[in-house]
Amino acid sequence: MILKVFHKTRYDFASPVAGIIQSLRLTPAKCDSQKVINWSVDVPDAVMGEAFRDGAGDYIQTISLRKRVEHIEITVSGTIETIDTAGVLRGHRERVPPRAYLRNTVRTEPNRAIVDLVQDTLRDAASASALEHAHLLAAAVSEALPYRPGATHAHTTAAEAMNAGAGVCQDHTQVLISCAHLADFPARYVSGYLNATEDGSAHEASHAWAEIYIEGLGWVGFDASNKCCPNDQYIRLGSGLDAQNAAPLRGLVLGGGAEVLDVTVVIEAQQQ
Amino acid sequence: MVASFFNEMYASDGLRAPYQMLEGWYQNMPAEFRALKQAEAEDLFRRYGITFAVYGEGGDPDRLIPFDMFPRVFTAQEWRKLERGIKQRARALNAFLSDVYDRGEIVRAGLIPADLVYRNDAYEIAVAGFRPPLGIFSHIVGIDLVRTGAEQFYVLEDNCRTPSGVSYMLENREVMMRMFPHLFQENRVAPVDGYARLLKRTLASVAPAKCDRDPCVVLLTPGHFNSAYYEHSFLADLMGIELVEGQDLFVEGDFCWMRTTEGPRKVDVIYRRIDDAFLDPLCFRPDSTLGVPGLMNVYRSGGVTICSAPGAGVADDKAIYTYVPEMVRFYLGETPILDNVPTWQCAKSDDLKYVLENIGELVVKEVHGSGGYGMLVGPASDRATVEAFAAKVAENPSNYIAQPTLALSTCPTFVDEGIAPRHVDLRPYCLVGRDVELVPGALTRVALTDGSLVVNSSQGGGVKDTWVIAEE
Amino acid sequence: MLSRTAANLFWMTRFLERSETTARLLDMGFRNALLPNTGGGYRNEWGAILQSKGVLQSFTDKYGEIVQRNVESFLFFDMENPSSVASCIRSARENARIVRTALTSQVWDAINTSYQELMAMQRTERSKLSIPDLTDWTIRTSSLIRGAIESTQLRIDGYNFMNLGYAVERADNTARLLDVKYYVLLPSVAYVGSGLDNYQWTTLLRALSAHRAYNWAYGGELTSVQIAHFLLLNPKFPRSLLSCYAQANEHLDQLARVYGRSTPAQEGARTLLGELAEAHIDDVFDEGLHEFLTRMINVNGGLAQAIHDQYLTGEAR
Repeated sequence: MILKVFHKTRYDFASPVAGIIQSLRLTPAKCDSQKVINWSVDVPDAVMGEAFRDGAGDYIQTISLRKRVEHIEITVSGTIETIDTAGVLRGHRERVPPRAYLRNTVRTEPNRAIVDLVQDTLRDAASASALEHAHLLAAAVSEALPYRPGATHAHTTAAEAMNAGAGVCQDHTQVLISCAHLADFPARYVSGYLNATEDGSAHEASHAWAEIYIEGLGWVGFDASNKCCPNDQYIRLGSGLDAQNAAPLRGLVLGGGAEVLDVTVVIEAQQQ
Repeated sequence: MVASFFNEMYASDGLRAPYQMLEGWYQNMPAEFRALKQAEAEDLFRRYGITFAVYGEGGDPDRLIPFDMFPRVFTAQEWRKLERGIKQRARALNAFLSDVYDRGEIVRAGLIPADLVYRNDAYEIAVAGFRPPLGIFSHIVGIDLVRTGAEQFYVLEDNCRTPSGVSYMLENREVMMRMFPHLFQENRVAPVDGYARLLKRTLASVAPAKCDRDPCVVLLTPGHFNSAYYEHSFLADLMGIELVEGQDLFVEGDFCWMRTTEGPRKVDVIYRRIDDAFLDPLCFRPDSTLGVPGLMNVYRSGGVTICSAPGAGVADDKAIYTYVPEMVRFYLGETPILDNVPTWQCAKSDDLKYVLENIGELVVKEVHGSGGYGMLVGPASDRATVEAFAAKVAENPSNYIAQPTLALSTCPTFVDEGIAPRHVDLRPYCLVGRDVELVPGALTRVALTDGSLVVNSSQGGGVKDTWVIAEE
Repeated sequence: MLSRTAANLFWMTRFLERSETTARLLDMGFRNALLPNTGGGYRNEWGAILQSKGVLQSFTDKYGEIVQRNVESFLFFDMENPSSVASCIRSARENARIVRTALTSQVWDAINTSYQELMAMQRTERSKLSIPDLTDWTIRTSSLIRGAIESTQLRIDGYNFMNLGYAVERADNTARLLDVKYYVLLPSVAYVGSGLDNYQWTTLLRALSAHRAYNWAYGGELTSVQIAHFLLLNPKFPRSLLSCYAQANEHLDQLARVYGRSTPAQEGARTLLGELAEAHIDDVFDEGLHEFLTRMINVNGGLAQAIHDQYLTGEAR
């Protein structure tokens, strides 16, 4: 499938700030499930560093603006070809050993409820395969956390989301990572885009899901929010230990006050 | 028990050669003269201290680490062996780091458990696959050694991140030379003052490939409230480089810049004295104000070198320590020159059982602890303390390792009554850049309390000047 | 040089100069208070002093009634008042501490000792310290530090930044002191030329340690025009605005030479110096003394900002 992406992020500052610096993870890397046809990241007036690939295989780029910055606008536009690989990540060049993804961060640290969820889910599945275990966990997370925008916020941890009993894709992903770690699966947070125009809501276009490492198969994506594995509707931008670590934009405002954030994401399937 | 400690001056067969000239020196020293010299030494240290940082309000003398004037002496022959062993270890540790952030051959070969490396908190995912200039991660390796016999040294631990204390090595010598010049005229004490030059050269040798001129090297400190600020300013001053805080640097484009009165100046090498977690709020702790936002991106795209490299801490973990002799064999194909202290890993059930049964005889340490805290010296502790500690170990075994209580050697040390043997350890600072260098000297820490084996300055330890007698 | 180092040196001397000015103001208030109450005069000279520093409100919030003892505490000892002598000396010492290695031991000793003495004074019973004692101490300390800088610091960029701090702060302070006398202290134009007026001029000159110098330069006759000329345009008087800008110019020129580039700050200072060197005192009074001083205070702030932008942020390319 050919997908066109338009993603604009704009910050307006109530009073000019001394500067802004951002680390961007906004360019998809090539792998069996996706191939960039054309792609650009544009930030007017900014000094842009050269993009480099980190050990996880993601493209990273530094941008900055200095002196009396009133607003910043980051525009991503591109066309990409996607192929359904049933969620399996193949042909992705990366250097991080999977076992390194067994560690938790504050955001994926399990609480009692998560421990119980894993035990309840896997109790009667001793004979099932590792892949089946991963599927069971993803399904359990979907069930435990109904999709409800507003139930959580940008900094909610997995444990807090469990307590809230509902969440959005970020919460599903972090809880699933936490569960996978308890079952001794390396797991990580993936941020990207989802072409969900048919039935999904617009803000789901910026999406997140988990990848779980299955011995013999490699990294496999699990989207607990949509109860499926990523297919050719998905574009993978990058990965990390949690939502913050894998964030497409991570930045810092120098001498900042109030800001207004406006995000537009449009994903369209190109007619072939 | 006491008889079994190796006395570096008076061995069982009499006065040892390196100390011969010092016997007359201290025996002929009148008590009043000694007191005068001791006061002079303290005054000198305070003056240095006041030059570089101000302790508390107006130079609080309590903050000075006690200095013992009696030097510790090694012969050239003793030092040669130590030097070879230390350099070997420093090379092996760097080879290990370079490997585990690359293909992890040593793990694939089954010589070190994967989880010990990759699940280690100090293993930095952000730099996996990144090769720093010359493949060097740890540019200053501090190796803590103890001696138990004329020929027997053990490595207690390795410090691959930012070992501190080298300013004491340099200052102790400076003060001794000012106070007792004749000792240096009469003896061929190898000089240590080349350290700063070597350090600067080492740092400059790992400038990034993108740097096409004389590299700009800076020392990054957390600031003047840090307890080691004195050392930071001392070293920066000796090397003639800028002492910067995070706020003095900024990232723009592919480089890191220093704010100067002549405008932004590109920085090539950062000798950082802050922890990984604080280096860059865009990569690590988002609340850090000590670091430089964006620095890790510049580093990973080859715009600046950070010394030691982020992630170097995985090599000096106390659990990894056990495997250093293995690293020497695996990477260098050599036989380890320096021995490790036999170590029980409480994470292993057999080891844990042994440790809990014999805890009263052992030294038990936290895997990530430092500074002598979170540590049990079994033979020196009362029963209640031992039992309480045993309970902590049983609760979280993987957090602890245990070692036999070592019979640390003693050196003569000035006490009220004259001199008395006190336990000492040794921390040399090995520099790893284009060359591997070691100045003939080290920091000797001494436990000033009679019978104490804890040399940490935070717990009653002092320091001594450490001599290597050059060959004829 | 690191911009942060330069900023600390610049602010160190600004705070030192400011501590001296606060002490001089305190002295001025003390002398005014010795004047017998003429009935129609300004009812509370201390109020005028506080007003000139822009701290009248924070004073009354904290102490209530304006009595000498409280003003003395507020202007000299109060660490919550950022322009008190004690606050300024503490800030200067903090700046010095951060850039300790850029200072000679004589300079550091002088600053550190003054701080230690200040701490000892804080612990002394107040009745044992008179205002003249306090102001004398401050002026003496200030001279000692300045002397140490002059006689021991290397003539490199750091020295220029210290002197720029002194010059910029002193220009601001001279303008403000004069403004106090002319605009705040004298209740109405009717008093111009009266005994009260003359007394206040004398007080101002004494506070600036310029009484004898003025007599030497102008032959003893006190007129507001001559005094204004002395304090603003006389190149012989080291606290005059003209002298301050001559100094600022000199150090900005040196920096531009050493760094090999001219700067907006340098051009600004040069224009300012040119204006003052050409100015006639009648022009100043034509413009209105208060209006002139207000303008100078703003222009001076602009110069400080230009120095900041050029050298202290490290971002000027």
